[in-house]
Amino acid sequence: MDAIQQSDAARPVLEGPDIARVLTRIAHEIVERAKGADDVVLLGIPTRGVFLARRLADKLQQITGRTIPVGSLDITMYRDDLRMRPARALARTEIPGDGIDGRLVVLVDDVLFSGRTIRAALDALGDLGRPRAVQLAVLVDRGHRELPIRADYVGKNLPTSLRETVKVQLAEEDGRDAVLLGVRATAPAGEQ
Amino acid sequence: MMRHLISAADLTRDDAVLILDTAEEMARVADRPIKKLPTLRGRTVVNLFFEDSTRTRISFEAAEKRLSADVINFSAKGSSVSKGESLKDTAQTLEAMGVDAVVIRHGASGAPYRLATSGWIDAVVINAGDGTHQHPTQALLDAFTMRRRLVGRDAGLGQDLAGKRITIVGDVLHSRVARSNVDLLHTLGAEVTLVAPPTLVPVGVGTWPCEVSYDLDSTLPKSDAVMMLRVQRERMNAAFFPTEREYSRRYGLDGERMAKMPEHAVVMHPGPMVRGMEITAEVADSGRCTVVEQVANGVSIRMAVLYLLLGGNESAVSQTRTEESK
Repeated sequence: MDAIQQSDAARPVLEGPDIARVLTRIAHEIVERAKGADDVVLLGIPTRGVFLARRLADKLQQITGRTIPVGSLDITMYRDDLRMRPARALARTEIPGDGIDGRLVVLVDDVLFSGRTIRAALDALGDLGRPRAVQLAVLVDRGHRELPIRADYVGKNLPTSLRETVKVQLAEEDGRDAVLLGVRATAPAGEQ
Repeated sequence: MMRHLISAADLTRDDAVLILDTAEEMARVADRPIKKLPTLRGRTVVNLFFEDSTRTRISFEAAEKRLSADVINFSAKGSSVSKGESLKDTAQTLEAMGVDAVVIRHGASGAPYRLATSGWIDAVVINAGDGTHQHPTQALLDAFTMRRRLVGRDAGLGQDLAGKRITIVGDVLHSRVARSNVDLLHTLGAEVTLVAPPTLVPVGVGTWPCEVSYDLDSTLPKSDAVMMLRVQRERMNAAFFPTEREYSRRYGLDGERMAKMPEHAVVMHPGPMVRGMEITAEVADSGRCTVVEQVANGVSIRMAVLYLLLGGNESAVSQTRTEESK
């Protein structure tokens, strides 16, 4: 969803303070639905999902007063489009010390689009253990699902056309917080 | 990345670092309850071994299975090769079976190159050791072991071996491991010194990107890693040194010599070790010796190579496979 050529007209739909408020709300929703978030494990999907997971963990800690285990889950080798592109560099998979067996795993990603990343993440989770339940938190849901997957916690629903691009920027990686909506300069690659 | 892995000299610094970084992630799979990835599902890999090998073949097989590839093992003994079949015919047989990758070990230097460039076969070719020429995955796993020990597991990510001083000791003449290591370590920025009796130093070593010394004791204090090589009796057709005893006294590594190495320096050996010849049991069993670690790292490196060469585009492997072109 990122790294696609964007025209100059990318327009911010969420700015830094909006993102902070959205994450605070999601953290409260997690605590509410998990009745205290006792057994929650946050797993971010690289790259930006990991930063979002860490921020969520901080918020959850402020709310519950407990340390929430947070890790990362690289899904590269579980992708269904591996053979359509050259082999990609791998990112880090870091499962918190106590593992994920019997826990409530909340997957965290920046943009929910086709749903294929999440399918790959579910496959990857299956090789790592057996969570009690798996939930999904995303900063932006831009629609156009290609699989029967939906998010449990959504920062912002952003109806888009396939000609548009959604780009999440986070201070840890990009130097500032923003969600940018732009128009694709080249033909949409998401239509397959 | 190129299509085949024939020689360590073909790798650029960035390629090599990418393989090492990928291997670092692959190594973490070994710690999981399910040591398997679906990445190469539906791909067929043949291990084509014309020469004896234990650890390289098992290591490749473990790597292929961890990535869910279908594995076919082929050893020259008990096959049509012992009836006189040529490499070309063997290759065409494999091609007809629709093989995606061939891991080849051959006694003749250049056999993997011939296989990759001849047009006999469309598969990815990975050199698992050819004669006295190259053994690129061994060099990669050695570099990986050095980076982990000398730079650090996480600190090493994205890093090369710039400024590290590596000493390779022993039968350089017959060693494809030494050739591959000199090429790769030089690419990664390390300073390599070869130490061997003059009779076991190859002609033309002057063109290699390394130093040569005949004196082990003076080199040891200036080494971050010392790699001991086995004396390859099976490739020797002449007397290269007077007696084994004299060889091990001058070029063998014992506890006393190991004490001359810097505190942080490690002892490496590609295996199989001949205890009492190039390395004493005391050194081989010490905590500074990385032999067992190298074997474990070998699986990770081979997974990384297989993933990077075979895991991507269909086109990177074959575009014409579906059409019966041959």
